[in-house]
Amino acid sequence: MTIVSHAQERPVRPAARRNAAAHLQDWLPRLVLAPSVAITLFFVYGFMLWTFVLSLTSSRMLPSYDFVGFAQYARLMANDRWWVASTNLVIFGGLFVAICLGIGVMLAILLDQRIRQEGALRTLYLYPMALSFIVTGVVWKWLLNPGLGIQAMVRSWGFESFTFNWIVDPDMAIYTLVLAAVWQASGFVMALFLAGLRGIDDSIIKAAQLDGASLPRTYLRVILPCLRPVMFSAVMILSHIAIKSFDLVVALTGGGPGYATDLPATFMYAHAFTRAQIGLGSASAMLMLGGVLAILIPYLYSELRSRKHG
Amino acid sequence: MPSFKRNCFTATRFPRTGLALATALAASVSLTSAHAAGEVEVLHWWTSGGEARAANVLKDLMEAEGYGWQDFAVAGGGGETAMTVLKSRAMSGNPPSAAQIKGPEIQEWGELGLLGELDDVAEAEGWDQLLPETVADIMRYDGQYVAVPVNVHRVNWLWANPDLLEQVGVEMPTTLDELFAAGEAIREAGFIPLAHGGQAWQDATVFETVLLATGGVEFFQQALVDLDPEALGSEQMVEALETFKRLRGLMDDDMSGRDWNIATSMVINGDAAMQLMGDWAKGEFTAAELTAGEDYLCAAAPGTADAFTFNIDSLAMFRVEGEEHEAQQALARLVLEPTFQEAFNLAKGSIPARPDLDMSEFDVCARQSLEDFQRTADEGGLVPSMAHGMAVRADVQGAIFDVVTNYFNARDMEAEQAAQRMVNAAKAAL
Repeated sequence: MTIVSHAQERPVRPAARRNAAAHLQDWLPRLVLAPSVAITLFFVYGFMLWTFVLSLTSSRMLPSYDFVGFAQYARLMANDRWWVASTNLVIFGGLFVAICLGIGVMLAILLDQRIRQEGALRTLYLYPMALSFIVTGVVWKWLLNPGLGIQAMVRSWGFESFTFNWIVDPDMAIYTLVLAAVWQASGFVMALFLAGLRGIDDSIIKAAQLDGASLPRTYLRVILPCLRPVMFSAVMILSHIAIKSFDLVVALTGGGPGYATDLPATFMYAHAFTRAQIGLGSASAMLMLGGVLAILIPYLYSELRSRKHG
Repeated sequence: MPSFKRNCFTATRFPRTGLALATALAASVSLTSAHAAGEVEVLHWWTSGGEARAANVLKDLMEAEGYGWQDFAVAGGGGETAMTVLKSRAMSGNPPSAAQIKGPEIQEWGELGLLGELDDVAEAEGWDQLLPETVADIMRYDGQYVAVPVNVHRVNWLWANPDLLEQVGVEMPTTLDELFAAGEAIREAGFIPLAHGGQAWQDATVFETVLLATGGVEFFQQALVDLDPEALGSEQMVEALETFKRLRGLMDDDMSGRDWNIATSMVINGDAAMQLMGDWAKGEFTAAELTAGEDYLCAAAPGTADAFTFNIDSLAMFRVEGEEHEAQQALARLVLEPTFQEAFNLAKGSIPARPDLDMSEFDVCARQSLEDFQRTADEGGLVPSMAHGMAVRADVQGAIFDVVTNYFNARDMEAEQAAQRMVNAAKAAL
């Protein structure tokens, strides 16, 4: 009996200790994470919710809780400038992501050919990313100014009829944003893809070569499909840069000429903070969020699903 | 992709977080200040060199009378940042004693029930006699004085480079026709007739000046102050818009996004002949060590000699208690006293808000400005500037800005269409 009871007692204590340790191990990460989770919940999701609530009110200068249903959304839909801003985001975002990916992949493939001075070149292409958009914006603003920049320079070389005045042309100004943003971000995409290319197993490439695939074909059919996760990250990063673009617009065009280069972010800021229309500004913020989710959720879903299966 | 989410929300959430942060900051400030006796806290954005010195005069005057002065200067963004801070302070129930608020915004703050009255000071000092009725109206909410004017800027000015005018052989234009004729001559001589910066508020500044010239004071009042839909959609509005767009022919092609002071420096350097801008432009001329009337000319904008579009800075008083209230009343009194009015306006390029001062210290332009101010106040040519937030609320102003700047920059927009949009904007805002 006693032996049995001893035998029973003995393993109990270490088990309890192990239990406590296991518990702690179980709970410690949660405990440590709790503050940041709480802060995120409050400051991100809480304020998101608050913005939604405000978008249903008639808030003007200060938040108020006089609910008016979806009237602010209706006003937004009737607002000419909002449509200009939204169309601009589609043009800017689409071109920016597509061109950056194109140039980034090309540069990465070219740099991947084991050329001399690769490190120096890589740094050269990557450097624009180290600048803030404000700096990029100001530099390009001067370069694109017809009286000071590229146009004036080419004309001074004797090509009197040369015209490059996109920045003062309401129809073309949005493309100057694409130009500056692409200049800044392509190098970064290149770096992402270069890292991806370097990570590909040589044997796959050799197998392709043995099968008689030409170099372009190897890249197109074998290597690039392997880089799908890199593509995924690049698209994610670029699209968020596109959607949050605010500083670039402010520095490069100031939203002008007129409001031809307004983006939803600048629209939201102008209305919520300088024009005392917090309700309308919140509604536009919610629509921005909706737009982001509408694009992201299907993409995330398909990517993560196919990765699980693949 | 957590990184995406976080960043995406930074874009939409940042200002709100900023607000929360500012609230927290403001709360901590108030903890340290709440118990100081007989002290005023003044929120303003007079932060540039001359302005800051001018604001200091007020501080010295307050301190000389034994009151404390707590400076609450918030720089940046033409007061945008300051207003954001002020809103968060007001929301947390702890507004400063006084804040730089102007025009119809005073009414908005009044509607929120946050402003305190100054009627005792106003009566003792005779503000009713001192201030022109149009100005006094803006300072009152619900019949009571709640704010005190600090200065008067005139918006409808034309600035010019006399050497350039002489070289081309034209006189300072006094009507729009003369302006266009002179502009052509200047253009032929190889200079830019009119310096301008393509920013919404500058477009609106020129637009309201043109509208004043073509439509007159009464029409200005109906259209841009009362927002009468009939006036906004009228033939006169179409005419004003068309004339405004014709002025574009006098400007250069690179103006898009240019700051107003760069445009002024084009006049100073002799690249451009003239500029339509408010009298803060004088600051640039003064900084270049030029003398008014000799090295640069000022005149009422063509066709608006009998009108005066004003932009008045004012300090609105929040409802406060006890000793702070006493200090606040003293502040209101001192602001309108000659010592401060003179010192402040000499530094800022504007004119005193009270017309009875000795102006010998001021330059030619300021003297003319004051003369016109008095004259137009008597004759009824004194109108609030729409472009500078004196006439309509910020949302309506923004909507009008959108129409004006879009029309000015669009190649294929008819004036009728723009006028119609302005009617819609005014209706939507009412």
